[in-house]
Amino acid sequence: MTVAQTLASSRVDLLRVAELVAPASKVLDVGCGDGELLRLLAEERSVDGRGVELSQQGVNDCVAKGLSVIQGDADADLADYPDDAFDYVILSQTLQATRQPRVVLEHLLRIGRRAIVSVPNFGHWRVRAQVAFLGRMPVTNSLPHSWYDTPNIHFCTIADFIALAREVGATIDKSVALNARGRPLHPVFSQWAWNLLGDQAIFLLHSKRRADAGGC
Amino acid sequence: MGDIGALLNGAAAQSVSPDSLTLRLGPGSPLRMDSGASLAPLTIAYQTYGALNAAKSNALLICHALSGDQHVANPHPLTGRPGWWDTMVGPGRPFDTDRFFVICSNVIGGCMGSTGPASINPETHEPYGLDFPIVTVADMVRAQALLIDHLGIDTLLCVAGGSMGGMQVLQWAATYPDRVFAALPIATATRHSSQNIAFHEVGRQAIMADPDWRGGRYLVEGTRPGKGLAVARMAAHITYLSDSALHRKFGRNLQDRAARTFSFDADFQVESYLRHQGAIFVERFDPNSYLYMTRAMDYFDLAADYGGSLAGAFKGTRTRFCVVSFTSDWLFPTSDSRAIVRALNAGGASVSFVEIETDRGHDAFLLDVPDFIDTTKGFIDAAARARGVD
Repeated sequence: MTVAQTLASSRVDLLRVAELVAPASKVLDVGCGDGELLRLLAEERSVDGRGVELSQQGVNDCVAKGLSVIQGDADADLADYPDDAFDYVILSQTLQATRQPRVVLEHLLRIGRRAIVSVPNFGHWRVRAQVAFLGRMPVTNSLPHSWYDTPNIHFCTIADFIALAREVGATIDKSVALNARGRPLHPVFSQWAWNLLGDQAIFLLHSKRRADAGGC
Repeated sequence: MGDIGALLNGAAAQSVSPDSLTLRLGPGSPLRMDSGASLAPLTIAYQTYGALNAAKSNALLICHALSGDQHVANPHPLTGRPGWWDTMVGPGRPFDTDRFFVICSNVIGGCMGSTGPASINPETHEPYGLDFPIVTVADMVRAQALLIDHLGIDTLLCVAGGSMGGMQVLQWAATYPDRVFAALPIATATRHSSQNIAFHEVGRQAIMADPDWRGGRYLVEGTRPGKGLAVARMAAHITYLSDSALHRKFGRNLQDRAARTFSFDADFQVESYLRHQGAIFVERFDPNSYLYMTRAMDYFDLAADYGGSLAGAFKGTRTRFCVVSFTSDWLFPTSDSRAIVRALNAGGASVSFVEIETDRGHDAFLLDVPDFIDTTKGFIDAAARARGVD
């Protein structure tokens, strides 16, 4: 069984992220967990991968896989990396849990020639319905925590993220919205529809300050 | 000068005839030292465990700390106690002696058989004492490289060590990047902090204030500055622990008594414990050697050797690193390890960093801390796989 097949059952979104990464590139995965995405990228795309992970267990799992992973978090440790150190910096399902999402996003765009960011969509109709009709903070499959114990402190919708990207001077090169089963929504849907139907969205971005941003 | 042999006991005797393998180099191949001195003849005392494979690709070098020695995983010849890294070295352990060839040598300036201040100075036929040249971490590593050459090993699968041992690991990686496949610096720093130099100075002054130290000539004069060395060890030992570990272990408990004695006896368990630590250290360590070891650490500043740029020390390195720190280590705090990681990242190196949660202070690297052992095993096994070692 390949890594991709193992992944397919649990985190299909990681496969979608992996598809955005060019072969043989240099990648930093921020919040890399047990290193499955990095291993997938290394084995199937010959990627030179590095990770940042907060949990002891995750770091130990990564080190045991032979991955290079630093124990730390997006808020505290991205500042230590030099500019343009990586072809891609990946932040998967983590931006909403950072203390300073805007600063984190700026670091991603500074450290990597491209950033790949996936965010859970707080604008999904189920979320909206729970707030509107039940008057309760939403609990869904992709946002499974109650308000009092959630690590997610900065929720955003797909539309909010697009606005933030514009604000920090980033260009979105590619984007895809996924449904609850991790399948991409049909491209004919408008962004307005994504914001209502997307369970999460994945963005490939680069900073506009780069004159030579074409192709990597 | 009398019979030097009769004057030497404990550690000093090991300086002359160690219970170890030895590499002896004659006057024709002196060790060039940072101070400008040349050291010859030179003895390097070492232990090995496991077997070197045919490709000579499975060698792990362990670098010992300030008060350590080469007896990593065998009973200590003087104290009879288990090896200082018994938790890490052995069959099935991270330094798996069924798979790897594990080497540890006593550092130059040490007192367990490698040439040091208790060794005989060929010019005077007396122990060197303070005539022994000042040793640096780079000197220690240069001597180890001679041993590795002697063993016919080109590239070490991994160089590992904690504290002063970690300094040697960093020095190895900077000086011989092509000879170090993987590096595991633990609870260490690229330079000794002002606070750490200060603690060392307290220890040195304690030794020198002992009237039996005799300007470092105690072996010739037949005295033993044991009290000074014991005080130095007691002070240092506190820095290896943490407030909470000491409190958990001893609290304010009294030692073998129901009430305070209104005297300066060791009323408290923690006092009794420290006195014991001081006393047993004196049995196995040479006071002058302690001066030299502490000095070597004080002088360590890797960036200074590379034009002030730590990143320069590791630029373009292909060595894979795993840097480890412990949350309660205030002697070599996590911020020191993060500085190493930043420099390695800036140099584009492959680096992992783990901060192990424990309340056991700096000494955690010597203790049975499961997360630490798991990390180490994972890193070494992955390095072995990457190098094609079975």
